[in-house]
Amino acid sequence: MIETEAPSVATQFAPYGVGLSSRLLLGTAQYPSPKVLADAIHAAEVAVVTVSLRREAARTRGGERFWDMIKGLGVRVLPNTAGCRTPKEAITTAQMARELFGTDWIKLEVIANDDTLQPDLFGLVEAAGVLARDGFKVFPYTTEDLGAAERLLTAGCEVLMPWGAPIGTGRGLANPYALRTMRNYFPSVPLVVDAGMGAPSHAAQAMEMGYDAVLLNTAVAKAVDPVAMARAFAQGVVAGRTAFEAGLMEARDMAAPSTPVAGTPFFSFEPKA
Amino acid sequence: MPEAVGETSKSRRLVVNGEPREVASASLAALLDELGYSGQKVATALNGDFVAERVRHQTGVSPGDEVEIVAPRQGG
Repeated sequence: MIETEAPSVATQFAPYGVGLSSRLLLGTAQYPSPKVLADAIHAAEVAVVTVSLRREAARTRGGERFWDMIKGLGVRVLPNTAGCRTPKEAITTAQMARELFGTDWIKLEVIANDDTLQPDLFGLVEAAGVLARDGFKVFPYTTEDLGAAERLLTAGCEVLMPWGAPIGTGRGLANPYALRTMRNYFPSVPLVVDAGMGAPSHAAQAMEMGYDAVLLNTAVAKAVDPVAMARAFAQGVVAGRTAFEAGLMEARDMAAPSTPVAGTPFFSFEPKA
Repeated sequence: MPEAVGETSKSRRLVVNGEPREVASASLAALLDELGYSGQKVATALNGDFVAERVRHQTGVSPGDEVEIVAPRQGG
């Protein structure tokens, strides 16, 4: 599937047909308190937050309290399969998430390696196919690999989420060339840069490339002021998207004066002595 | 498993959320009650397979089974 036209501009971000009011998706982990999390979500005006599942002890209501708090915020949730290492674990986790959160959206993670937390692309494609056939709307956490991306689309994914950099590193877009290629290769597929962003400029860079949205967590949650940082990322996303829609100039090698040359005082064609 | 399976006096050694547990329950629903999860919003898996809430009472547990009991949590 080689498509050569530019990625679409000025269209709404609508994964699986659900129009979203924000192009910033925010994780809910690692905040100093539930209140700071709630305030960050409000400040950034995000429409989608990611959530997870973990083992629950008896006679505790921690999970329920968290879920009640999120429900009270009026945002859509995107449950993840974080920590899953096999397609089987990810599939079962997705099924448990669907029952608990009441959504068929799933951020599919199948992790290959502890140090890089990079996606296991083979397991990812396998799990995506099973889940899509089971009615899930799969948001796969993947790499910029175009072959894997093709297979994920064939498996039933309608959104792809390539990494910016390994989860939690804050390094920004580690491979902008590959991300740009992916964007241009799939001009009409909703693409979300997920993970690795550390600064609002990283989010803006992804949006300037024409990515439809970004998903991040640590850079906001671990900021000194997470609420202000959430707002800063939201502004970066809007700035980057607006710039993309406005049409960025082409970079060039040689300088070109921006001030008109005609009428320059003291101008002379003769070199000054 | 068509009919509901209830509690028996026979004890079973299971692994629940990674911990070995000695329990009397014969069904997943009874196990949740026995362990103190009554009324809690949880999802379950048995030996790696999802078990929906509506079929827990007809899902038997046997010695050596591995049970996962999970709830919503913060995530990225």
